[in-house]
Amino acid sequence: MADLEAPQSKTRDLDKLLLRAGNLVGPDFYPGTELRDDMRDYVRILVVGAGGLGCELLKDLALSGFRNLDVIDMDRIEVTNLNRQFLFRLEDVGKPKAEVAAKRVMERVSGVEIVPHFSRIEDKELEFYNDFNIIALGLDSIEARRYINGVACGFLEYDEDDTPRRETIKPMVDGGTEGFKGHARVIVPGVTPCFECTIWLFPPQVKFPLCTLAETPRNAAHCIEYAHLIKWPEVHGGKSFDPDVPEHMKWVYDEAIKRAELFGIPGVTYSLTQGVVKNIIPAIASTNAIISAACALETLKIVSGCSKTLANYLTYNGGEGLHTKVTEFVRDQDCLVCGPGILIELDTSITLQKFIDMLEEHPKLLLSKASVKHGKDSLYMQAPPVLEEMHRPNLSKPLYDLMGRVQKDTVHVFGTALKNEEKQSSLTKLRVVFKGADGVTDMDTAIGA
Amino acid sequence: MSEPKTKYDRQLRIWGEVGQAALEEASICLLNCGPTGSEALKNLVLGGVGSITIVDGSKVEIGDLGNNFMVDEKSVGESKAKTVCAFLQELNDSVKAKFIEESPDALILSNPCFFSNFTLVIATQLVGDSVVKLDRICREANVKLVFARSYGLAGFVRVSVKEHTIVDSKPDHFLDDLRLNNPWPELKSFVETIDLNVSDPVAHKHIPYVVILVKMADEWTQSHSGNLPSTREEKKEFKDFVKSKMISMDEDNYKEAIEAAFKVFAPRGISSEIQQISNDTCAEPTSTSSDFWVMVAALKEFVSNEGDGEAPLEGSIPDMTSSTEHYINLQKIYLAKAEADFLVMEERVRNILKNIGRDPSSISKPTIKSFCKNARKLKVCRYRMVEEEFNNPSVTEIQKCLADEDYSGAMGFYILLRAVDRFAANYNKFPGQFDGGMDEDISRLKTTALSLLTDLGCNGSVLPDDLINEMCRFGASELHVVAAFLGGIASQEAIKLVTKQFIPMLGTYIFNGIDHKSQLLTL
Repeated sequence: MADLEAPQSKTRDLDKLLLRAGNLVGPDFYPGTELRDDMRDYVRILVVGAGGLGCELLKDLALSGFRNLDVIDMDRIEVTNLNRQFLFRLEDVGKPKAEVAAKRVMERVSGVEIVPHFSRIEDKELEFYNDFNIIALGLDSIEARRYINGVACGFLEYDEDDTPRRETIKPMVDGGTEGFKGHARVIVPGVTPCFECTIWLFPPQVKFPLCTLAETPRNAAHCIEYAHLIKWPEVHGGKSFDPDVPEHMKWVYDEAIKRAELFGIPGVTYSLTQGVVKNIIPAIASTNAIISAACALETLKIVSGCSKTLANYLTYNGGEGLHTKVTEFVRDQDCLVCGPGILIELDTSITLQKFIDMLEEHPKLLLSKASVKHGKDSLYMQAPPVLEEMHRPNLSKPLYDLMGRVQKDTVHVFGTALKNEEKQSSLTKLRVVFKGADGVTDMDTAIGA
Repeated sequence: MSEPKTKYDRQLRIWGEVGQAALEEASICLLNCGPTGSEALKNLVLGGVGSITIVDGSKVEIGDLGNNFMVDEKSVGESKAKTVCAFLQELNDSVKAKFIEESPDALILSNPCFFSNFTLVIATQLVGDSVVKLDRICREANVKLVFARSYGLAGFVRVSVKEHTIVDSKPDHFLDDLRLNNPWPELKSFVETIDLNVSDPVAHKHIPYVVILVKMADEWTQSHSGNLPSTREEKKEFKDFVKSKMISMDEDNYKEAIEAAFKVFAPRGISSEIQQISNDTCAEPTSTSSDFWVMVAALKEFVSNEGDGEAPLEGSIPDMTSSTEHYINLQKIYLAKAEADFLVMEERVRNILKNIGRDPSSISKPTIKSFCKNARKLKVCRYRMVEEEFNNPSVTEIQKCLADEDYSGAMGFYILLRAVDRFAANYNKFPGQFDGGMDEDISRLKTTALSLLTDLGCNGSVLPDDLINEMCRFGASELHVVAAFLGGIASQEAIKLVTKQFIPMLGTYIFNGIDHKSQLLTL
């Protein structure tokens, strides 16, 4: 009994999920045009990465009822992207990925607004990330994931009884691919494990022992890494190796060939040289499409509640037959990033300088050159010099005063931490509690009640 | 021209030039270019497939703007096939793209010969009867077929090919071919030239573990009446035996030997799967045998004669702590034996070709070499026809899955996906397709599903009501994200089938987008 005169809905298929009640749905699902229209008009989603996963995510989200998207990526388009990053053409090589991706999707899906950000994720203010309802990650490195995870989990606040406060929860969906393999996961800070809680899932990167490279090379990769890591610094001193400069890559290749000939080792090719030096991950369109679709589907479900969600980690392997598996990982209660925060008890007299020094000694942190932030206020910044100078007077003041004389609150500290013998940028949450704080008993009872 | 090569660099590292060439020679036919089909084809076009032909008789509707990236407002009212074809052509101009404005259902009935033109057909969103008919046509014409269907938060992908043989199967984990417990003469002699008890500590810790384990395995079998360690205690004893030769704690080669000791316990000879392939009826070569089966026949002969129970040696060794000299020498020995085995195999292949009346040089050296290298990893995939599966599925499998917490969602959807087609045949619409009469549709779908279960022989099995309700709620919708997921899977299967590398799915993949407990069902 279809009324041929009535205008067809653009979201004809989505309507079935958003406008109709269901049985296997999320806890706060209110089907109807209001839900659909609110999603379209008010929900903001950030897509991190505009590469293999990012391009697919933007398309998938634009066609899942979302109209307000932002995308951030610091890279420019390269020829080797074109076999899968379908929003880019040969003429686009050299242009910023985020900008071209945004433009192309907006051209095809009318009504969608995509704001591109051609920048590093670390260069954005923390508050930038807080503007979004949900963050979708299409990244290719563990470090970048850890960073965003730290930021999103940084917004999380806990109640007195250590329950996460709903309005501070910033969900993320994260995808990753390599060849025919991939994963998609849902991270709800405070509820599901965050990236840091399950960091053990990622095996350490393969590194060749130095003595193998220097003394007993056996295969082509050893010869290449010798040229890259040992011979280059020897010959070029301070000049750092840039894999994107063809002359540098050719130099490494020629040296690798020489070494291989010396030891009678076959197999050094230019392609292998690039692969080893740049740590190239093979990639195809299909796996990226599959994983992004899974991530976008979860995003749709989390935001709308129109169905139950993935709990919480999906692995995919399409090379040997087809295998998908769902694993429900559990949170690490003591997680430094998504947990209530490492408890630091201080005297009200401790200065900011002393606090920063303590962070370096603290066994769970070992954080050097720390910058300190309390909510929106930067208490101290190590860099740039202009801001460092501006905040320097704070160092001699009591932290208790700088934090507005509250008995306890969260601070975020950002610096260099020593993890697995490697120095890494680290953003961590601390729960600071002041002992013997006076005039605080009123607040205490207020909270207790 | 270096540009095309660089564009495909990231995928060449997966399937190589040989795989890429196979892709570029392939002609793919797509039936129905809604989002499921379009997204599948997009991935293939990006990968450089030779040609695509889109068959779809519908016009672009306003509702399509909400789920299909390849249509836009300007194209409303135009042929969907034409619109999608134009978009895909723009994605990669080295692909030859064509379209035919006709309903696939009609084409299946009126012109079955049409499908013989293609390497592979991707059939999306086909309903009931057409599926069975197309399957018959493609089976007859020996054209590979991949089905895909998106239905709300459910769907499926299924491959249908009579026989798909794979040499370069590239399994994820496969034991290397070291023959530690069955060394051939040249390996034995080489190992004998190395003294484990060398006094120089540097030399001591640069003896490769292959040498260590061959020696230790030999010593063990000599003192155990020719037997390898088999019980748990014996295996532990063997490892301790190896450990006892360490002179200091930092000997990486010995640590590697202990970790690799399990390779000594592995059974000698060919696996049961290869055994099965060798004993297949197709392994009796005739004039119509494919190259694959001719080579399997040669393999069978080789294993019973020169191989002495083993397949041709694979020839490569993994990296291991070693002096460069020992490692290179070891490598040469393995390569030499692999080459020798290859020459024997080549001779046998040529003889068999002669005997069946074919030109003895019609199978190239590289082909035979690749076969030898992959002889232990061969795979033969055979798929039941859809009709057979529909009429005679494994009842035990259905019942088992419906009763299992992790499988019941997927199995429920499998039954319901068939039930909705029956429903459509009876009532001329899908359950929940229109907004009115939902309750009636739910009860009718339930009845249809139960009667289907009975027809299949699964009396007494029930489907959860929640799932039936959700199926009606879906109302035969084609959501973009589900289409992109299933289209992605379909395209990946197509790539594996066309390149003849990696292993295609063996079964029907049922997508469960509610909790992602999708499953591969073999019925």
